[in-house]
Order: sequence, then C-alpha cells, then structure tokens
Amino acid sequence: MNQLGFPILSLMLAIPMAAAVWALVAPGSEEARAQNARVVALGATLIDFALGIVLWASFRIGGPQWQFVEHSGIFGRFAWALGIDGIALVLTMLTVFLMPICIGASWKSITTRVPEYMAAFLLMETLMIGVFAAQDLFLFYIMFEGGLIPMYLIIGIWGGANRIYASYKFFLYTLLGSVLMLIAMLWMSHYAGTTDIPTLMKTDFPRQAQTWLWLAFFASFAVKMPMWPVHTWLPDAHVQAPTAGSVILAGVLLKMGGYGFIRFLLPMFPEASNQLFWIVMGLSMIAVVYTSLVALVQQDMKKLIAYSSVAHMAIVTIGLFAWSRQGIEGAMLVMLSHGLVSGALFLCVGVIYDRLHTREIDRYGGLSDNMPKYAMFFLLFTMASIGLPGTSGFVGEFLSLVGAYRVQSWVAFVATTGIILGACYMLYLYRRIAYGALTKPDVAAMTDLSARELAMFVPIAAAVFWMGIYPESFLAPMRGDIGQLLARIERADPGGDGHPSKVAAAEPAQLAMAEKR
Amino acid sequence: MNYYMQLLDTMPELILSLGGIVLMLAAAWMGDKATATISWLAAACLALAAISLGGPTSYGGPAFDGLYLADPFAAFAKLLIFIAAAVSVVIAPRFFDRAGGSRAEYPVLILFSTAGTAMMVSAGDMLTLYVGLELQSLAAYVLASFMRRDGRSAEAGLKYFVLGALASGILLYGISLVYGFSGTTHFGGIAAAMKTGTSGGLLFGLVFVFAGIAFKIAAVPFHMWTPDVYEGAPTPVTAFFASAQKVGAMALLVRVAMQAMGPASHQWQQIVIFVALASTVLGGVAAIGQSNIKRLLAYSSINNVGFALMGLVAATPAGAASVLTYMAIYIAMTLGSFICVLQMRDLDGNPVETIASLSGLSRTRPGLAAALAVFMFSLAGIPPLLGFWAKFVVFDALVAVGMWPLAMIGIATSVIGAFYYLKIVKTMYFDEPQGRFEPSSSALEGGLIALSALFVSPLGYFAIPALGVASLAAAKALF
Repeated sequence: MNQLGFPILSLMLAIPMAAAVWALVAPGSEEARAQNARVVALGATLIDFALGIVLWASFRIGGPQWQFVEHSGIFGRFAWALGIDGIALVLTMLTVFLMPICIGASWKSITTRVPEYMAAFLLMETLMIGVFAAQDLFLFYIMFEGGLIPMYLIIGIWGGANRIYASYKFFLYTLLGSVLMLIAMLWMSHYAGTTDIPTLMKTDFPRQAQTWLWLAFFASFAVKMPMWPVHTWLPDAHVQAPTAGSVILAGVLLKMGGYGFIRFLLPMFPEASNQLFWIVMGLSMIAVVYTSLVALVQQDMKKLIAYSSVAHMAIVTIGLFAWSRQGIEGAMLVMLSHGLVSGALFLCVGVIYDRLHTREIDRYGGLSDNMPKYAMFFLLFTMASIGLPGTSGFVGEFLSLVGAYRVQSWVAFVATTGIILGACYMLYLYRRIAYGALTKPDVAAMTDLSARELAMFVPIAAAVFWMGIYPESFLAPMRGDIGQLLARIERADPGGDGHPSKVAAAEPAQLAMAEKR
Repeated sequence: MNYYMQLLDTMPELILSLGGIVLMLAAAWMGDKATATISWLAAACLALAAISLGGPTSYGGPAFDGLYLADPFAAFAKLLIFIAAAVSVVIAPRFFDRAGGSRAEYPVLILFSTAGTAMMVSAGDMLTLYVGLELQSLAAYVLASFMRRDGRSAEAGLKYFVLGALASGILLYGISLVYGFSGTTHFGGIAAAMKTGTSGGLLFGLVFVFAGIAFKIAAVPFHMWTPDVYEGAPTPVTAFFASAQKVGAMALLVRVAMQAMGPASHQWQQIVIFVALASTVLGGVAAIGQSNIKRLLAYSSINNVGFALMGLVAATPAGAASVLTYMAIYIAMTLGSFICVLQMRDLDGNPVETIASLSGLSRTRPGLAAALAVFMFSLAGIPPLLGFWAKFVVFDALVAVGMWPLAMIGIATSVIGAFYYLKIVKTMYFDEPQGRFEPSSSALEGGLIALSALFVSPLGYFAIPALGVASLAAAKALF
C-alpha cells in the first residue's frame, strides 16, 4: 500500500465520480436539484482538495520515485495502476486547487441544466486526476481520451453563440491526434511486454521505431498542448466555452500535453527526441512570436488570452527540450504558473462578462475607477502573465530561457522576444479595459467584486505570490524526478551551441529561422 | 461416436427447430391473439438453447462426419446470437400491436432464422454452411417484409430477397469452384488442398465465397442493400438483422477464413483489408448525410463491420478472438440503440425516425438521451465506454502481427465515424427541443436499454477479463 494506509488516489478519483452520479439522480424540483448539484459539486471538489493537501503533506521528498502506488490487475489486459511522482503530484495539486474555484465561478452564471453541468465538471475532475495518476499505459489513454466527452458537452451545451462549431472542432482535432498515439502504445506494449509506465520509461526502444513512436505521441500531445500550427482549436474552444470551462481547459487540460512530453516523449524516446529536437524548437519559436502577434490584434478578450496560452505553452516546450535541469524545472513551473494565471485571467473575463455579456474589449474602459478591487486583481494576473519578478510567471520563464540558452542561444533569443511581445499585448489589453475615461454608462454601472468572486481570486493570487517568491515548495517534490529524467536522456543530449564539438548544430538554427520568415 | 451422442451436440438447433415447429402449429391454431404467449415461449426456447450450450455442444467436436462442428467458437457465437434473437423477440409484440396488430408468426420466424444462423456458425462443410445460411435468409426475407401493408417494408423485403438471392448465387458459385478444384466441400479438406498450393481456380472460388459472405455481413462493396432494408424493415426486425444475423455471418466468415482457407491467408488478407477499410470509410462518410436514424444506424453497422474485419486480417487466434469480442460489445450497443429508436414516438404514438426529431431530447427525455448518447460515444469508440475496448482488441491483434500501418489508417478512419455519432449527441444535447416524444410506458424496453447502457458504460470493463478468456478459448478452436 502506501504511507497513508488507504488508497488515497482511488479515493480522489471516486469522490467526484460519486458526486457526479448523485448530482444527476438526486430527486426534487428543478430548483432544488440545481442547488443540490452546486453544493454537492463544491463539497466533492473541496474534499478532493483536502485530500490533495494530505497527498502533498505526506509525499516523501527524496523517497521512492513512485509513491501512493496502487495496483490491481482487475482489467486483464491492462491494470488499475495508480501512483504519482513529484511531477504528477504538483499537477494533481493544480487540478484539485482549480476545481472548487471553477465550481464557484459557475455558481451564478450557469442557470440551465445545472445538475448535468456539475456532473460534467466532476467527471472531468476524475479524468484529469486519473491522467496524472495513471501508471498503466492504457489506463492513461482511457483517462486522457475520456476527457473529450465531458468537455465536448460543456462547450456544446453551455457555450456561446458559435458553440457547436467549437465543440466539434475540439473533439475531432484532439481525437485525431490521440488515436495515432493508441497504435503507438499498442506497439510499445507488445515490444516491451508490459503496460507499466515506470517500466516503459526505462525501456530502450530501437532507434528506428523511436522516431515513429515519437511522431505518434507528438501528434497527440502537440494538439493537446497546443503547438503551432495545430493550435487553432484552442481559441475557438476558449471563446465559446463557459468561463469555468475555459479555466479548466487552460488550467489543466493543456498541461496534459506538457505532462505527456515529460512522461512519455523524453524518457521513452530520448534518441528520437534528439533527432526531432528541431521540430519542437522550430514550432515553438514560431508559436512564441506568431501567436503573440496574433494576440496583439484581438478584439475578443478570451481569444487574446487563448493566443497568449499558445505562446506560453511554447515556452514550456522550449524548456522541456532544453536538456537541462533549469529548462525542465522552468517548464514545469511555467505550466503551473500558467495554469493559475490564465485560469485567473479567464475568471477576470468571466467577472465582467457576467455583468455586461460581451467579451469585446472596446466595450469596456476605465474599470479601475468603478471596480478598483477587480482592477487590482486583474493587474496582478496581467503582471504574472507577463512574468514580472515576484510573481509565479517570472521564475518559470526565466529558468526555461536559461535552459534554452544553454542548448541553443538562437532559441532563447527568439523566445525572449515573445516575452516582450507578451508584455505588449497584456499591457495593451489592461490599458483598454481598466484605464481610460469611464465614458460608457453601462460600464460605469458595473459593480465591484462580490464576496464570492473575491473568494475565487484571493487563493489564486496567494498561490501566484507563493510560487513567485518561494518556488522551492513546488520545485522540491519534482527535483528528484527531474534528476531521474535528466539521467535518462543525458545520452542523447543534442549539446549546445557553446560546445565546440557541435558546430554543425548552428546550421539547423538558420534553417528554422528561414522557415519562420 | 454414436448417433445419439452426435444429436446431443446439436442440442441448441434441435431445441430451436422443434420449438419453432411446435410454436408454428400453436400459432396456426390459436391465432394472433396468442402472440404474447408465443413470443414468451419463443424467448424461453432461446433461453433453453442458450442453456444447452453448456452441454456437449460447446466441446463435442466434429459430428456427422465433420458436417457439424460443436466447438467453443460456435458456442460463443451462438450465445451472442441467442441473446440478440431473444431481445428481438421480446421487444416486438409491443411494436407490432401499435403498428396495426401483431402476428404470431413473428417469433416463429425468428426461431427458424436463429436455427439457421446457429447451424451456419457450426458448419464444418460448405454444404452445411449453405443450408444454414439459406434457412436463416429465407426467414429473414419474410421478416423484412413483415408489415406487408407498409410500402417501405414490402420494398425492403423485395430488395433483400433479390440481392440476397444474387449473393447466395455468388456464394454457391464460389463453393462449386472450390469443390471443383479441391475435390471436397469439407473445410479440413479444402484447407489441406490449399496447403499444397492455391491454383487459379481455387483462388477464384475463394474470391466468390468471400464476396458472398461479404454480402451477408454487409461489407463494402456489397453493402448497398443495408440502408434500404434497415430503414424499411420493422424496427425489431432491423434490430435482429443488425445483431444476431451480423454476429452469425461474421462468425461464419471467420470460420471459413481460418479453418477452410487458413493456408491461403495471404490471398484473402488482401481482400479483407480492402473490404475493411472501404467499409470504415464509406460507412463513415455516407452516414454523415443521413437524416433517418435507422439509415444512420445501418451505415454505422457497415462502419463497425469494417473494424471487426480488421481483427480478421491479423489471421491469428488473438485476431479471431478480437472479432468475437468486437461482436459481443457491438450487439450490446446496437440493440440498445435500436430499442432507443423504438422509444421514439410522437405524442400520438406514431413512430418517428428522423434525426431532427431527437432535438433537445436531453430536456424532454433525459434518461433516453443519456442512454443514446452512451451508445453513440461507445460506437464511436471513445473511452471510457466499452466500445473503445472493442476497437482496442482489434488493433491490438493487428499491431501484434506487425501490421501497424493498417492499424494507423484504420484508426484514423474511426475519426470520420466519430463525426456523425457526435451529430446525434449534438442534436439531443445542444439543440432546442422541437416537439416531444411520448413518455416511456414500457418497463421492459426501459430495462433493456438500461442493461445494455450499463454494459457499455465503464462498468463493462469489469467484464473484460472474462470476455478475453472466453473469446480466446473460442478462437483457439479454429486453429
């Protein structure tokens, strides 16, 4: 069993599931059922959050790599195998932290079919925790892929005007990416004779096969991440999804892509990762600059933040493929920070959308006059998104770029311009929303944050500062695992442009630059 | 082995034939008012036949000089067939009552057709195969046109008959070629002849046999009858065609491919690969434009047959087992979907079949909408529903023999299929309600829907080990 003496991970999966069923089947009038669903959902997510804290508190740093391990061969071909390492731990924490906030954000804004809505979110939580906790290849796939169903329903039922197009695009895009991964997984399980992820992470696959396997996994995770040019589903999905849907999409679902890179692509296929290093770096460099520029011209707040997500996730991929401790730790921190900050930014959009029912930036202006508390939080998250020192965004981006500089200075150069552009579009957004004269009467009539909204923002703001000022709390659990990963991939290190023996490495850099032009 | 022991091996067929004859007499004397009783008795016959599978019929081996094979493979397929047939029997009286009077022949015809299906999955000889197939088909032609006053039903029966006769002719021609060039109609003999080399004539015969059976499983390019027949036939009959018949024909194909033509697997693999991919693609693309739910389910069945066939391509025990697993899960999904279709009636009680009429079903009939959504996602193969597992085992078998390029293409085509399954979910969940369906008044139908939805739900994963063991044991009987 584990250090707690009870199967905590299974429990964390079961609680939202049971709550979802109860929210759906509870009897009563429509109003009573809706209220019941809200309370049940909030209760279940808070219990999961409490269990998450227990998990974090009892996680032994420096202990065995995989902790809280559970294994039951109940399904025959694959196993109900759960267990987490430090990387999965922090991402699980992110999930359970954001979920109660999502429920809170939907408390008032969702009024139709509340039980179904809450059930979909609770199911989503089960599947997300399952993705991070799964230790079996196919259990991972089932959780990873199963998330499509509730998200499809959330976007399609409670989304905006163009929700149907967005929900289809989301579903089919990600499905097409993932099915190829399934075939690769089948191949791996036959080659290695096991479906156990920790064992597979130590298996050396033949080089020739690695390339194919890498591409199949990449197809899935690149869409999920999302990387340029397969990112186009994200702005559509974000814009149409309800606020909480956007929060969970940006906060956790995108992280599954990054988690996939760190859990599968790098440790399982190190040689292929080296071989195809420039695909990742090239696409990431394009994404950083291109999507930042696109974000700059958006008129829709949610779309702007969606494009900024693509840019931030490109920093993550750059960090992950930097083959260094700084790069990978930085990438993980960017993921965590982006989960908090972009989630919070979507909540900020949601707050004013609930009041004025438009996401058009030009419809607002001067909010710092009549909504000072809101403007303050919005400013904080804007700064965190830009990566101001002291906020969570800075630490991760800085480390990622340090890592990138070690491996390829060109990449670091291009990625840094993205950071500058990030400051441009975020500050420009903030100026148009919060500053200026308060001329529009309906905008002037908007009220400041309510207690419920305040209760959503304060914890995120606290976490943003915590991560910015003392990131060690988050880095410590991951340190050992990232060390293991580095030891695993060291043999395929592409080297850096500072190494004289790897002169040729500069050539593909120019190629990638030419491609960008 | 004495004659009595051999008869024991054929116990399920005996029960069904005798039961069918007795019930036919009962129907003739007692008339249509006894339909309900006869239906339940027919279901009891099917249950008895299923119980008798526990006897020597699942392990007796070849009987009647190898004409009949009592092996686990046949037993597994028969179990599925009997379950599907029983469901098709018990859901029918209510449907026919409301469609202008039920008739007592329906359960009897189902029994005969099931006896034929059971016979053909146990066939060890081309002639048993053909006789079983014809018995099954003859009853099916009548069933398709069972609502003879309804133009669509009559048309379905006629189309099915004409095209079915053509297919039987093709099959028979193939059998005669195979016989001519191998000198035997016995599966073992044909395999022995093919082992020494596949002559042009044998190859021709093989192609014709496969074409004939491909018609029966409704695989592209022999699928043209399916949408018309599925749409026109009464819904319980369509459910029977899509489940029991499909399993029977599929099992037959697997047996012929493995037992009779196993040595020529390189030859028929090319055919099956083409047919499988064509079915998944065409079944997916053609379904997109459909507006009638029964036609859509017909294309969905074509699509699913394509995936099941991919398991056959592997030509290994695991591959054959994957086909059986696929069919087991498939009949739960397809029967569930068709019972949902039975529930689609407007407030006056008239059946409606348009997809548009499902608009906003999640508001008016949340339970039905949820069940149908489960079936649709499952048919699309999205985890954590059990339909994913069906596709999983098939592709697992393919990858195990190194055919991963085919698996890649095959699984990519499943995305096409996902599109139209999503369309149904979209109609039910995202669109505003238009009109209402009458509330459910049948505990039986509701219970069957709930049962199949539960099987297809993640709870069904607990059945995976048992399903895996049983299907593999069944498949090993062929090798």
